[in-house]
Amino acid sequence: MSAPTVLEPRDLQLRQLQERIRGMQDGVPRIPVITHPALADLLQLRTGGAYEVDSASLAMLLLATPSQEGAWSAVVGAADFGIEAAAELGVDLTRTVLVPDPGEHWLEATAALVDVVSLVLLRPPGDVTARAASRMDARLRKRASTLIVWGRWPGSEARISLRSSSWSGVGEGHGRLTSRRAVIAVQRGSAPARETELWLPAAEGPVRRVRAAADARAALG
Amino acid sequence: MRVLVVWCPDWPVVAALSDGEVADGEVAAATGPVAPAAVVTRSAVVACNTRARDHGVRRGMRRRDAQSRCPELLLLDDNPDRDVRAFEPVLAAVEALRPGVAPLRPGLLAIRAPGRFYGGEEHAAALIAERLVAIGVWDVRIGIADDLFSAEQAARRAEVQGWRVIVPEGSAAFLSDLPVEVLETGSDDGGGDLVGLLQRLGLRHLGDLAALPARDVLTRFGAYGAKVHRLARGVDPVQPATRTPPPDLVTEVVFEPPLASVEAICFSVRQQAEEFVARLGERGLVSTAVRIEAEADDVRRSLLSSRTWVHSRWFGAGDVVDRVHWQLQATPAGVLVGAPVGLVRFVPETVEPAAAHADGLWGGGTDDRVDRGVARVQAMLGYDAVVVPVRQGGRSPADRQAHVPWGERPTGLRPPDLPWPGRVPSPAPTRVFAEPWATSVVGAAGQPVVVTDRGAVSCVPARFHSGSTAGWQPIDSWAGPWPVDEQWWESSTGSRPAARFQIVGVDGRAWLMRCDDRGWWTEASYD
Repeated sequence: MSAPTVLEPRDLQLRQLQERIRGMQDGVPRIPVITHPALADLLQLRTGGAYEVDSASLAMLLLATPSQEGAWSAVVGAADFGIEAAAELGVDLTRTVLVPDPGEHWLEATAALVDVVSLVLLRPPGDVTARAASRMDARLRKRASTLIVWGRWPGSEARISLRSSSWSGVGEGHGRLTSRRAVIAVQRGSAPARETELWLPAAEGPVRRVRAAADARAALG
Repeated sequence: MRVLVVWCPDWPVVAALSDGEVADGEVAAATGPVAPAAVVTRSAVVACNTRARDHGVRRGMRRRDAQSRCPELLLLDDNPDRDVRAFEPVLAAVEALRPGVAPLRPGLLAIRAPGRFYGGEEHAAALIAERLVAIGVWDVRIGIADDLFSAEQAARRAEVQGWRVIVPEGSAAFLSDLPVEVLETGSDDGGGDLVGLLQRLGLRHLGDLAALPARDVLTRFGAYGAKVHRLARGVDPVQPATRTPPPDLVTEVVFEPPLASVEAICFSVRQQAEEFVARLGERGLVSTAVRIEAEADDVRRSLLSSRTWVHSRWFGAGDVVDRVHWQLQATPAGVLVGAPVGLVRFVPETVEPAAAHADGLWGGGTDDRVDRGVARVQAMLGYDAVVVPVRQGGRSPADRQAHVPWGERPTGLRPPDLPWPGRVPSPAPTRVFAEPWATSVVGAAGQPVVVTDRGAVSCVPARFHSGSTAGWQPIDSWAGPWPVDEQWWESSTGSRPAARFQIVGVDGRAWLMRCDDRGWWTEASYD
């Protein structure tokens, strides 16, 4: 390994070391999962982790980019998963399997799918015990898969939540829903939540930062 | 080598009439030998029978013209697959008499003429004609000659159920009297152009063409002309390409004594399932669709269950056994106990070369691992618990999506790319409820909001209450009513017009709701 050059900023070096430590935990390397560019600097999904979301569109957003890159994904327990919306947000339906109604076997079905696909979206029907969650986490790390939980999950790596949303395009009996400004908060452990504002969905084009557009305007003005 | 050609004239008509796709009344009227019938595409006549020809119907004629010449003409849809399928029994019947059948096209086949085996060529022709009439093909004509072209022309000049034998070395003499128009029939490669040219050059008969020096014909007409020249001289060297009889790949498992328990059946068929897959594998084939049939052990051997299973990749032995398990479990238990299974049969419905399904160097197609994981979930939850999401056309969000069980091919889906006027505009809702939630929507004074007959709301909706939200939620903004004008002919949809609304609560969550005469329903959520 070559020695780090002195020119590198110190915090970058620190971050690299932290990444390496995190990667070496449990003896299994934790590979970064490609994350949607709109969320990229807030959140880095890694294999072996469980991430909580609280809205369907956030779940689809996390599935979309890896799915486009060729990863298989599975959706367990979400009978009301909007297929057309998922396709609009970029989920490749040809590499997606649904188990809409796993009943009481939801944990076993999820475990079977975690073995073979790289992303699993799970909507637990009730509370998840800490024991079940830790066993699933061990399995996730072993199989290098990522779990996105639409609901609560004890010991999750991060919680991505929709703080507020405001729809535009609709008025008092006229118009139609066109786009939404959504404030997304990423809570990791006990650290303060990091927020960003997204067009989710945007009126046209892909999901993107609201601020990026504002920055562009500011730069022009 | 002598060639025997069997010609069944107007085969598309014969196939269509024997297929039973036409309504029974029509068949009854048409199966008599005198009813005029024609097979038509959307615009033109593809084939017609003798009676229709007597009325002046011709190949290539427009459908309207054909009907005007013969108003009682029975019109049959064109279906080349059906023609091929219906010709298969004819091939099999001839193959039983002499192997090495070369199917030329539906209605026309060639074999090497049997010499002395059936007591001479004419006896062989008589035998073939008799066999084909026995399987219900009434109009059979047979020609025997030195080469394929002459034999076909001889068959076309034979009587119904008759034959015409061109003596050895007699092809040239036989062909020389034929008009050049015979080059048109059955040739797809521009024979018509050449016929027109020959006629304008004053060459009326094949003999005139044959009399020209081969070198001059090649110079003037090119390679195709040279080929036709060879045909006309009766020295066509092309031998019919014979087919190998299709192997019998159906596997049967007989239970002695008959078994009533699904587990016992699955255990017993495992070895035969392995043999079934191995036998396909010996021929370099894999099966992607298998029909599994279970028969009872009674005198009539009644079919207990029959179902075709499709695999997303191809069937291994374990997959076949799984399918037997699922199929027999799904059969009502009472039936199974009442009639123990005496026989299970595997019929490979679709076989494909194994090379087409080989694993690519970098993977590809359905991932093998995914298949295995899904199979485990299927074993846990049942066959249709794992589905593939697909989009389809429709107006409501629930209509615009469909679930196809893993491994099955989607059928009967509406095309999603059509405009579908009246559909809910995009963005699509992220949650679509299979069962809409009952909802109440009221105005500012608490009066229920309804949609009037003229498609307007009775008052401005002010707050709503649905299954998901606790308590009443004030409405921030709303859009609608968008009238739902679907299936008004169904009595169950009610008298009042239904309408859809997009409603945004003050918490920023948006919903798609529907109002009909039974009340308000939350159909989907923009979560």
